[in-house]
Amino acid sequence: MHFHLTEEQTAIQDAVRGTLADSWPMERIHAFADGDADFDGDSWQAMMALGLGGILLPDSGMGLLDAALVCEVAGEAAAAGPLIGQLLAVAAIARSENEAAKAHLEGLSSGTTVATLAFTAGDPAEAELMVPCARSAQLFLIGSRTGGIALVEAGDAVTIAPVASTDRSRPVSKVTFAGATMLQLFAPEDPMTAKLYAAALVLAAADALGGAQKVTDMSVAYAKEREQFGQPIGRFQGLKHQLAHMALDVEPARALLWYAAYAWDADLPDAARAAAMAKAHLSDVYVRATRAAVAAHGGIGYTWEYGLNYWFRRAVFDRAWLGSPSMQRARAAKLAGW
Amino acid sequence: MDLSYGEAAEAFRAEVRGFLSAHWPPAPDMRGADLKQFVREFRARATDAGFLYRAIPKIYGGSEQPVDVIKAQVIREEFARARAPMEVGGNGMNMTVPTLLEKGTEEQKELFIRKTVSGEYIWGQGYSEPGSGSDLASVRTKGELSADGTKWIINGQKIWTSQGMQSTHMFMLVRTEPDAPKHDGITYLLIDLDQPGITRRPIRQMTGEEGDHTFCEFFFDNAETPVSWQVGERGQGWYVSRTTLKHERASIGSADGLGRQFSKLVELAQEVGRIDDPIVRDKLAQIEGFVLSHRYTSFRLFSCAAAGEDPGPVSLMMKLLLTETGHEMALLAQELIGEHGFVEPAGAGGRGNRGPRGPEKWMDQIMGSLGNSIAGGASNIQRNIIGERGLGLPRDLAMSGER
Repeated sequence: MHFHLTEEQTAIQDAVRGTLADSWPMERIHAFADGDADFDGDSWQAMMALGLGGILLPDSGMGLLDAALVCEVAGEAAAAGPLIGQLLAVAAIARSENEAAKAHLEGLSSGTTVATLAFTAGDPAEAELMVPCARSAQLFLIGSRTGGIALVEAGDAVTIAPVASTDRSRPVSKVTFAGATMLQLFAPEDPMTAKLYAAALVLAAADALGGAQKVTDMSVAYAKEREQFGQPIGRFQGLKHQLAHMALDVEPARALLWYAAYAWDADLPDAARAAAMAKAHLSDVYVRATRAAVAAHGGIGYTWEYGLNYWFRRAVFDRAWLGSPSMQRARAAKLAGW
Repeated sequence: MDLSYGEAAEAFRAEVRGFLSAHWPPAPDMRGADLKQFVREFRARATDAGFLYRAIPKIYGGSEQPVDVIKAQVIREEFARARAPMEVGGNGMNMTVPTLLEKGTEEQKELFIRKTVSGEYIWGQGYSEPGSGSDLASVRTKGELSADGTKWIINGQKIWTSQGMQSTHMFMLVRTEPDAPKHDGITYLLIDLDQPGITRRPIRQMTGEEGDHTFCEFFFDNAETPVSWQVGERGQGWYVSRTTLKHERASIGSADGLGRQFSKLVELAQEVGRIDDPIVRDKLAQIEGFVLSHRYTSFRLFSCAAAGEDPGPVSLMMKLLLTETGHEMALLAQELIGEHGFVEPAGAGGRGNRGPRGPEKWMDQIMGSLGNSIAGGASNIQRNIIGERGLGLPRDLAMSGER
C-alpha cells in the first residue's frame, strides 16, 4: 500500500519548480504576455533539458502520475509551451505502429521538436480547431471522435490564424487541417484512443491543480503580509475562513488527481471515469480558486502588474479545453452505469 | 502508487477470515441473553487472537499488539464483511481508555480500563456547559476539596453528553483554581454518575428525538468523587483533555461512510425516477467529486500513517470536508424526496414505532447533517484550525492567549 508521493517524485517536482523559477519568473511572463510569440524557447529548453519529454515513453520507468506531477508544476508556474501536447505525442507515437511517426520520437523526447495537442469533438478535416502554441509547433497531435488519434506535420496544408488569446501564457490559434496528410496512430474505436483522451484529461486536471495551489499560496502569503486596521489581514476571521475554504477545495482534490493518474497507469477498470471526474472537479476548483484569490487580495489582485490574472486566464482555458466540467460529469455519470 | 496491501497483509487476511468463519455468526435463532453471551465470548476470542483491543495492554484485557495500520485495516474490512462485532464503541473506548493509558495512575487503569473494554462502564463526556461551547476552557463547573482533602465536591452543569442516559461514569473538566489563568485552573476528573448529587435530563433535539440515544444535560449539586480519581495534576486538566480530543477527531469521519451514503443517494434518485434528469446527474457527479476526494485523501492519510510520514495540513481538513459534503447531499436529497418530505419517517421525532420507511427516511440525514456542523468541533472552529495551524495565519486577537 502506497498512496503518497515518493521522495523521487517530490525531487522531480522540486527540480522542475526550480528550473521554472529561474527561466520563467514573473518579469518574463509579463514580457511574454505583452509580446507576439506563442512559445518561449528558453524556458522550454530548460524544462526539456531535465528529460521531461520522454516521461511517457513506455520504457521510461515512469508513468502518467509522474507526467501529471510535472504538469502540476508547469501549471503552478504558468509555464509557456504545449507541455501536455508534447508528453502525449510521445505517449501516442511510442505506443503506435506508425513507423513514419516514430521517426519523430527522438526529437520529441529531447524537446527539439515541439508538438501540440489539437482536440475537436467534430471532424478534424473540416473543423476549425483552437490550438495552443500552434505557430511554434512542428507537429500536431490530433484527437477527435471521428478520426481517432493522428499526427500532422506543420506545413502548407495546415492554416494557422492567431487570435487575441485570453490565456496569455499559452496563446491559441485557429487551425485547419483540410487536405493535410494525417499519419494515423489509432483508429477511433481503438481502446488506445480513449485511453489517450483520458490521459489528456488527467494532465489538464494536473495543470489546474498546480494553478489552484499557486493562487491559494499567493493569497495566504499576502494575507500574512498585508496590514489593515493595524493587523495582518489574515488575522481576521472573515478572510481566514475564505482562505481555509480555498485550501479545503484544493488540497483534498490532490488525491483525486493522484488516483486518476494511478488508475491510468495500473489500467484499472475505472480509469476513464476517474479521469473525467478529475478533469471536471479540478477545473472547477481552479476557477473557484482564481476568483477567490482576486477577492482575497483586494485591489492589488485586480491589477495587471500583480499577475494573478495569468492564472485566472489559464483557468478559463483549462475549464473548457477537452470538454467542460458538466460534459465530463455527464460522461462520468454514464460510465458509472447510473 | 499501489493500493494493494501486499502479500503479508493478504496472508493475515486469510488468517482473519479463517478465524471469523470458525467463530461467527451465531446460530440464526439465537436471541436475548444467549446472543449477548455469544457476542461477549466472540469478542474475548477475537481479543485472544490479537484482532481486537490491539492498543490495550494484556493486563487490562487488551491484546497488546504492535502498531500496524495495515493489519488494523484488514481486520476492520474483514469484520465488516462478516458483519461481526468489533470493539464496544462510545466515548469510553475512544476517549477514556486512551487518556488513562497515557495519563492515568496504576490504580485508575486497574479500576476502569478492563470494565470499559468489557462494556460494563459506559462513559459520558463532561466538557461543554451552557456557557462554554467553542470556548471550552471557560468552563465554570466548580470543584472544591472536601475539608479532609480526600474528595472533590462538584457543583455546576454539563451539557451535550452523548449516551448520557446510559452512562455509568463521566470524565469531566471542572474549575478548581478560580484565580489561575483560565487554562491553568481546570482539573480532569472521573466520577461515578450513580449518586444523589447528580441529576440528568435528556435534551430534546430539533429532530424531536429525546431520551436513550441522544444527548443529556447533567446537574451537579454537591456531587462527590475521590481525589484519587483525578487524572493528571490538579490545574492541568486542560492539557489532559487535549489527548482525548485528538482521539475523538481521529475516530470521526470514516471515508467509507460517506461513500455508502452517496451510493444511497444515487439509489434514491433511481427510486424516485429522477436519475435520467441531467440536472440531477450533474449535481450527483459534482457531489461525488468531493466524496472521492475525501475517499482518496483517506488513502493518502492511511499511506502516510503506514509509512510514518506527516501528511501535512490535509489531515486538518477531513472533518470540514465531510460536513460540507453532507450538506450538499442533504440539499440534493431534499430536492429528490420532494413531497415525501411532508411526512416524517416512521419513528422519527419520537413519534410512533420505526416501521417501513420510504424516501422520507432521508429527513434523518437532512436534519442530521446540521448536527455535524456543531458536534466534535464546530465548522467555524475547523476553519480557524485550517487557517491557523494549516496555513500559518495569525491567531484572532480575541483568542491570541488561547492554546
